[in-house]
Amino acid sequence: MTELLTPEEAAKTEVVERPTRHRELTLSWRVRARRVVKSIVLIVVGIMMIYPLLWMLASSFKPDALIFSEPGLIASEFTAENYSRGWNVLTDPFSHYLMNSFIVVAGAVLGNLVSCSLAAYAFARLNFRFRRLWFAVMLMSIMLPIHVIIVPQYVLFSELGWLNTFLPLIVPKFLATDAFFVFLMVQFFRGVPKELSEAARIDGAGHGRIFLRIMLPLAVPALAATAIFTFIWTWNDFFSQLIFLTDPELYTVPIALQTFLDSTGQSSWGAMFAMSIVSLIPLFLVFLLGQRYLVRGIATTGLK
Amino acid sequence: MAVTSELSKLSKTGRSATKSPSERADGKAAAVFLLPWFVGLGLIVVGPLLASLYLSFTNYDLFSDPVFAGLENYQRLFQDSRLIQSLAVTFTYVFVSVPLQLAAALGLAMVLDKGVRGLALYRSVFYLPSLLGASVAIAILWRQLFGTNGLINQMIEWFNGIQPLIQIGTQGWVSHPDYALGTLIILNVWTFGSPMVIFLAGLRQVPEMYYEAASLDGASKFRKFRSITFPMLTPIIFFNLVLQIINAFQTFTQAFIVSGGTGGPSDSTLFYTLYLYQEGFGNFNMGYASAMAWLLLIIIGAMTAINFFASKYWVFYDD
Repeated sequence: MTELLTPEEAAKTEVVERPTRHRELTLSWRVRARRVVKSIVLIVVGIMMIYPLLWMLASSFKPDALIFSEPGLIASEFTAENYSRGWNVLTDPFSHYLMNSFIVVAGAVLGNLVSCSLAAYAFARLNFRFRRLWFAVMLMSIMLPIHVIIVPQYVLFSELGWLNTFLPLIVPKFLATDAFFVFLMVQFFRGVPKELSEAARIDGAGHGRIFLRIMLPLAVPALAATAIFTFIWTWNDFFSQLIFLTDPELYTVPIALQTFLDSTGQSSWGAMFAMSIVSLIPLFLVFLLGQRYLVRGIATTGLK
Repeated sequence: MAVTSELSKLSKTGRSATKSPSERADGKAAAVFLLPWFVGLGLIVVGPLLASLYLSFTNYDLFSDPVFAGLENYQRLFQDSRLIQSLAVTFTYVFVSVPLQLAAALGLAMVLDKGVRGLALYRSVFYLPSLLGASVAIAILWRQLFGTNGLINQMIEWFNGIQPLIQIGTQGWVSHPDYALGTLIILNVWTFGSPMVIFLAGLRQVPEMYYEAASLDGASKFRKFRSITFPMLTPIIFFNLVLQIINAFQTFTQAFIVSGGTGGPSDSTLFYTLYLYQEGFGNFNMGYASAMAWLLLIIIGAMTAINFFASKYWVFYDD
């Protein structure tokens, strides 16, 4: 309102406005009430979701007897003994299994980054025969369950003498068998402006150079998402590690935990929870550090 | 946006037929860039796929040569009561847990979408279980939560103690044939965070003007959901549905850990992949396991095909 009002008019508008303001007030009460209800629902659901995890963390510091009698988070007795006991319960200290898992994860991450980005560049930027057909094959291979090919893979790796090595878990990653990441990077590369690579072409750069100097630096978010998801999936992977690793020296964290569960049964929940917590810490750290890339990665491709 | 829409796109448009000199030059470069993928596709994926088809017609124990057995393995499939049980377990799990999981994901995504303070925190809290859910550690936790002296029973006893009206019986949930599968369904629903994040991203893409226009026409909240939100989200619901069904069919770790590798009690958690593992790597019936693998492939392929076919009737593509 730019015009000046006479006092009379001003009085009129005030009279007219008062009921509206009143309605706004009640409306905002309703909105506020709804907001409170919504917050309560979210907080209750959130606590239900997270309570088992917090409880496991709390229980890992409780003596065994209290795990079964005190459902609360704060125990009457606090002990770190579960951790020292769990750490040494198997043939090797738990650090040995953590190290094995880290080796497998590092190999898988490196393999996926290299091989999937190479394949993705070809699908996103190169013209070649039957490109659409190969692309469709790649998409379909994403949906192929590993259980369908695990038996011949096992035969193949045993012929090669690779059973009880980390090779069956690492080498396939260098061959872009996790096609989901090829797809993720294709999506990303398609978004890079073509002018950039065309300018480089005119300057005489080949595809290798364009890939290394232009695409990869620009694709850091996609590479980060690939690294993070490969880390999480490989760290959690149980099925293939269970099949390819039977030598206790080579056990990774999931297999070590399973062996622990088998060998002690119900008798030492505290120690088992302690080692379970230890096994989740790397995941949790990756989650905290990489959350930004994680959310974007899920949102663009629907990774789990 | 995602694999499913890429696949539908591929089937729609034709291939451009022109071939220029630069295309031939690209062909050489493409061969180099795709070399690792081609090797992997041949040796790790398609080769084993065909080999398992061959092995499915043989008896093979890994130590002696495969012996051709014709359709014997496939005939056995239809007479094997444990196989039928494992199919029943897996289908029950898929058809109960996937809809519940997606409903929870969609519901919470809609609550979070309409402007909530602390969105990032809620999103993290709801997403965290999806991240950890497939781990052995969480399966171990589940086994304790739903055990005889587990947290759930402690909670039930506490609840029974504070009020006299509703008294709930306690159980060893994971050791009771009627309930063990239910605990695993709950575990899958618990991991609704990742479809929720996808739904949230989808809700962000619905143009605000549709809602404004609907408000002007006096549409109710339910009407807006039914006529705007739901149709606009159908491609994403479809994508989540396909993905989660395929994932759920392959559930292994949780069932293995919770049942100690047996699929018990009374085969009530004998998931298909767990039975496949037992036959292949426990009994070394590699031929039979291969036949099982192909049946799994056919089932998953058929489910996906049905999904794609049915999508014509309910999935709405804006473009």
